[in-house]
Amino acid sequence: MTEFVMPTLGSDMTQGTLVEWKKKAGDRVTKGEIIAEVDTEKSAIEIESFYTGVIHQLITKPGETVPVGTVMAIIQEEGKPVGPGEAGTEATPVKESSPSPVREPVVSPPPKPGRLRISPAAKQLAAELRVDPSALKGTGPGGAIALEDVRAAAETPTKEPPTVSADRQARMRETIAAAMARSKREIPHYYLSATIDMGRAMTWLKEENLKRPVTDRLLYGVLLIKAVALALRQVPELNALWKESAAVQSPDIHVGVAVSLRQGGLVAPAIHHTDKQTLGELMMRFQDVVKRARAGTLRSSEFSDPTITVTSLGEQGVETVFGVIYPPQVALVGFGKVVERPWVVEGQVVSRPVVTASLSADHRVTDGHRGGVFLSTVDRLLQEPGEL
Amino acid sequence: MNTPDEISQTVLRLLSEIAPEADVTVLNPDVSFRDQLDIDSMDFLNFVIMIHKTFGVEIPETDYPKYGTLNGCVEQLSGKRASGSPSPAN
Repeated sequence: MTEFVMPTLGSDMTQGTLVEWKKKAGDRVTKGEIIAEVDTEKSAIEIESFYTGVIHQLITKPGETVPVGTVMAIIQEEGKPVGPGEAGTEATPVKESSPSPVREPVVSPPPKPGRLRISPAAKQLAAELRVDPSALKGTGPGGAIALEDVRAAAETPTKEPPTVSADRQARMRETIAAAMARSKREIPHYYLSATIDMGRAMTWLKEENLKRPVTDRLLYGVLLIKAVALALRQVPELNALWKESAAVQSPDIHVGVAVSLRQGGLVAPAIHHTDKQTLGELMMRFQDVVKRARAGTLRSSEFSDPTITVTSLGEQGVETVFGVIYPPQVALVGFGKVVERPWVVEGQVVSRPVVTASLSADHRVTDGHRGGVFLSTVDRLLQEPGEL
Repeated sequence: MNTPDEISQTVLRLLSEIAPEADVTVLNPDVSFRDQLDIDSMDFLNFVIMIHKTFGVEIPETDYPKYGTLNGCVEQLSGKRASGSPSPAN
C-alpha cells in the first residue's frame, strides 16, 4: 500500500484544506489524474495522483485542514503486492482512518487507529455501491457496519463540499509575505540587467501573426519565455532548486510564469518542459494556465514544479524589474515594457523597440559572470526569433 | 443585421466574461477598455477571439486598436457580421 500525502506546492505552503475528493474508495486512478481539490493559502488546487492503482481508503474528510505531508489516502499501487495483513482482500478487514499520518492534522484529529468493524457482505456491498466504509457509523453489533448502514449511505445525497474560506486574499498576502521575507532573509540576491533590441523579434512576430488565424496568434511574451527556457540550457545552474544546503539542478526546464490575480495577489504556475514547446504550443499553454490561474483550477504539479520564474510588468509601464526570488528557486527573470529608444545600428542612430531584461539570482549558486552569460544568451536568442 | 445597441450589449457581455469583477455598464464608450479595466494583452487577445467567434468577423492584428473602445467595436461590427455566423445574442 502507498500513502498519498498532502503535497507541498511551494515552500510557502504549510497546510491545505480538502475541498472534495474526485475519487471514491475502490476507484482506479492513474498517475497525473486529478484525485482531489484542495484549498491552500493561495488558491484552490486540483491535486494530481502521484501513483497508478486503486484507491483503498480516503482518510482526510472534506473540510479538514491538514499539514503538508499528512497521509490523506491509501492507494494500492499497480504492480505492487498487497502486504501481509493489509486490507484489500476479502479475508482482511479494511484499516480504519489515519494509519500513520506524518503529522497530526491541524483542525480535525483523525480517528484512533484500529480495525474497521464491517461484515464481509457489507464490505462487498460498499464496494459495489461506491461507498467509503470508513466514513460510516455502524449500527450493527458492537458498532459494526451492517448492510443497512451501507444502503442508507448510498441513498443519502452527497453533501455539498464545504465552502472555501472567504479570507483567501488575506491568507494569500500572508503567504506571499512569508515567502518573500524568507527569500530576502536567506537568499543573497544579486541583480543584473540588459537592454535587448526587440526590433527583429517584433517584426518577425508581426509577420508570423499575419499568417495565423486570430485564435492562434502569439503574444510577444511567449518569445521571451521561450528565450529564457532555451538560455537555461546554456546556463543550467540557474535552473535549480535549493535543497538543504546546496543547489540541485533540475533535469527539466519548467518555467513558472507570474500571473496576477484579479482579486489581488499572484501565482506562478509552471509551463512544463518549456524549452521543448513550439511557440504555438507555448502560447496555448500560456493562455491555459493564465485562464486556470484566474479561475482557481490550477493543478498541483503546476504549483510544485517551477524551476525558475519569469515575470513581466511591462504592461503596467514598468521598464525594469528587480525581482525577489521565489524559494527554493535560485533565479527570477523580469521583463519590462517594450519601448522605442534611440539605438545605434551600424554607426547610425535609429529608433528601435527595446526591452530591459533583468536577472535576480542567488549568489550562493551563481556569480555575476554566469548571470551575464545567461542574459546575453537571452539577447542572442531573441535576435533569431524564427529559431525559437 | 444587429442594431448598434444590440452590438453594444453583446460586446459588454463579452467584456464582463473577460473581466468579471468589473462593472462594464459604467464604461465610457469613447475611452479605451484598457484604461478603464484591469485587462492585459492576454485578456485583450481573448476578447478579440470572442468577438471573432461571436460575430464571425476576421480581425487582422493591425485592426486591434479599432476594437479598443466600445464605440470602436460598434463602429467596426455594424454591418460587418458575416453571413451564417453565430448570433451575437447567444
